[in-house]
Amino acid sequence: MFLDVQDLSVSFSTRRGTVDAVRGVSFSLAKGETLGIVGESGSGKSVSSYAVMRILERSGRIAGGRITFDGIDLTAMSDREMRELRGREISMVFQNPRAALNPIRKVGHQIEDVLRRHNRATRSTAKAKAIEALRAVRIADPEARYDAYPFELSGGMCQRVVIAIALACDPRLLIADEPTTGLDVTTQKVVMDLLAELTKSRGMSSILITHDLGLAAEYCDKIVVMKDGAVVEAGDPKALFADPRHAYTRRLIRATPRPGAEVGDLLEPPAPSPVRPVPGAPLLQVRNLRKVFGRGASESVAVDGISFVIREGETLGLVGESGCGKSTTSAMIMRLLDPTGGEILLDGRPLTDTPAAKFSRDPRRGSLQMVFQDATDSINPRFTARQAIADPIRRLTDERPAGRVEELAAQVGLPLTLLDRFPHQLSGGQKARVGIARALASRPRLLILDEPTAALDVSIQAIVLNLLAELRAKLGVSYLFVSHDLHVVRLLCDRVIVMREGRVVEEGTAEAVMRAPSDPYTRSLLDATPMPPAAIAATPALAKAAE
Amino acid sequence: MGPRTKLVLYRTLQALPALVGVVIVSFILTRMLPGDPAAYFAGPAATEASIAEIRATMGLDRSLPVQFLHYVQDLVVGDLGNSLSTGQPVVEELTRRLPASLELTLTALLLSCAIALPLGIAAAVHQGSWIDHACRGLVTAGVSLPTFFTGIVLVYVFYYLLGWAPSPLGRLDFVYLSPPEVTGFYVIDALLDGDVETARGALSQLVLPATTLALFTLAPLARMARAAMLQALSSDYVRTARAAGLGEGQVVLGYAFQNAMLPVVTTLGMVFSFMLGANVLVEKVFSWPGIGSYAVEALVVSDYAAVQGFVLAMAILFVLLNLAIDIIYTLVDPRTREG
Repeated sequence: MFLDVQDLSVSFSTRRGTVDAVRGVSFSLAKGETLGIVGESGSGKSVSSYAVMRILERSGRIAGGRITFDGIDLTAMSDREMRELRGREISMVFQNPRAALNPIRKVGHQIEDVLRRHNRATRSTAKAKAIEALRAVRIADPEARYDAYPFELSGGMCQRVVIAIALACDPRLLIADEPTTGLDVTTQKVVMDLLAELTKSRGMSSILITHDLGLAAEYCDKIVVMKDGAVVEAGDPKALFADPRHAYTRRLIRATPRPGAEVGDLLEPPAPSPVRPVPGAPLLQVRNLRKVFGRGASESVAVDGISFVIREGETLGLVGESGCGKSTTSAMIMRLLDPTGGEILLDGRPLTDTPAAKFSRDPRRGSLQMVFQDATDSINPRFTARQAIADPIRRLTDERPAGRVEELAAQVGLPLTLLDRFPHQLSGGQKARVGIARALASRPRLLILDEPTAALDVSIQAIVLNLLAELRAKLGVSYLFVSHDLHVVRLLCDRVIVMREGRVVEEGTAEAVMRAPSDPYTRSLLDATPMPPAAIAATPALAKAAE
Repeated sequence: MGPRTKLVLYRTLQALPALVGVVIVSFILTRMLPGDPAAYFAGPAATEASIAEIRATMGLDRSLPVQFLHYVQDLVVGDLGNSLSTGQPVVEELTRRLPASLELTLTALLLSCAIALPLGIAAAVHQGSWIDHACRGLVTAGVSLPTFFTGIVLVYVFYYLLGWAPSPLGRLDFVYLSPPEVTGFYVIDALLDGDVETARGALSQLVLPATTLALFTLAPLARMARAAMLQALSSDYVRTARAAGLGEGQVVLGYAFQNAMLPVVTTLGMVFSFMLGANVLVEKVFSWPGIGSYAVEALVVSDYAAVQGFVLAMAILFVLLNLAIDIIYTLVDPRTREG
């Protein structure tokens, strides 16, 4: 075996004692193979790969096991020997590519650093070789990009640079740790295809670490499923996803949004999906909404004349990639931003009467609420869950928080014993519940959900989506569901609009848009989303196409 | 003209309004000081008439805008007026004393950086080790001991007990002659003159006061260097650099420290400014003929031309210092070059 990890254990010393992050993990990889390590946060999938690279943080150490790379035991190597190996034999691509690059060093120089470190270039040849490395990852105009700083490049471009650094010295093993998390789906596809092609053409082995079953199924020859620091199942992706042995794998597959599944189907065991309320009178009308930032030469149109209606009890999906104007649109509806033109009507009365700066004291403020993408960053870290939920009750309603907080917590399924905890003492799913309870506190009629599940693991996402569906059935509230993922949006939405470059390119019922998209952009969005494996297995037509 | 030169020029232009503001504020502030300079100048035996006469010759009977105009006119030709107590032109006194203060401050700052930065970096790289604890101890001592106290202790130990240091009486022992003035910094001037003996004499006078000041400024610098380095070392780009196999030296100094420089430079600016304030005490302890002691003496006797000149000189120094820091920032961090 080219890479053989046997019985690997990694532990971290923390203030509360030793934490075993990885417990007896084994996997192996042959030359030219791609191994997928799949798992949710805290499963130890990244830590295992850091252990292979021997770049664990200071508090972590390899507590046991062997890592054999091409016959050499990596755990027995000195730090100096290991540094020689890194970048030359084994290299790594990370998530969040912009942060993974030195912000104040030209990208060309960062590539040169690696080339010169491993004696692949001299002072005189470094520049040409760095440009060559940029060209290899298909960066257009590499001569000009050589002088760029990371902040001047898009996320996808930054990831190409990170890949160029990783591949500069022709390593034999590449470890990609969630390489496309945070990138748009279309960019994700381009980056993944590029990685797959480059590793294949150079005969490299690779490890893909991901939480996305679809991605793993599409790009890997072998899959290892990890949970709580241990491997629960391993095997060929097709067989593994068609017939998962372990309950956890089954739950993961089930929780992944896929064509044909209802929101209740994501749960283990499947639950009946909550009833969808019948849409009533128009609640929110948006007419010809425009937002222009900057002036003169630096003018940029973020939202370019969009119109839509949300009825009472209806859910509208707003789908698009980063920079399409969906966040600007929701900020204008929330009255955090003043539009440049157009109208926003609530119950037929213009919301834009009150300028954004004064809207917090408008009596209609409580009718609109928002659930944010990052539950951690959007809750005051010094507020307990109780204080976070009570805050809008005090500010936006005449009710008393006592009693109402508990009622809301019960509504969102947050155990009352957790109410006095601080955000850092809560799990991701619990924080999401706090965020939803807080948004419901003022009894809103329209809830703007801004990628409410994007930061969550799939199994938690399934639970939160079901919670949102239940709340809608119970309270009759309308949702504007903003997301980049059509598969997720479809589960909750009656209608969907697709935005691109500030314009609506497609509008229709969720099913129709998914089944027969009329705009090529919607098509490309759908195609770029890696097909969840259960869908391939469950739908004969798709299975045939995937052959 | 390259984009960097352009940006440096632009930042320099941006400093001009600040300088104009300084001139206006220093003018108004000194007019608002209690006491009547005319009455003071006329002396205790003066009559109403003589005070009025003096006020007229000093131009103080005119309206504030007219006075300001005269003040600016004088300022343009470099005239800050005469000191009331010594009768000397303020400009001359300041230009004579400023180099003394700057020599002391800059030496102390260099000394402080030379110790604090490596110490902060080492403490961050070996977090939790003995060097980290040593760093913490030195930082605590540095901030908790006032300069006049450390100054006196140093004089007591190194001059009185050990006799290693010369007597703490100014910039140069009386056995030496002041070197011909070029930069105003005695050590450099003496070296330029080829007079190694005098240079050594000036340097030995400088050691104790500079150490006193450096001990005081060490603390914030070392602490900021450590914190900024810790943050940089735990960043994603350092992880990338490590994963690419870059050597520890390149990772720590090339990647982490360059990024950690930014907050350190900001702290350096702040340290420099409160150092000029702390100077006053150190100059007193070591009889250093700097502008700090000059300003204190002037304040005590309400010598308003001198005070005004001092405030203006300090303010200009601050503006220039901030300009220098802005420019360094621009050169280090490409992100600030936008717009």
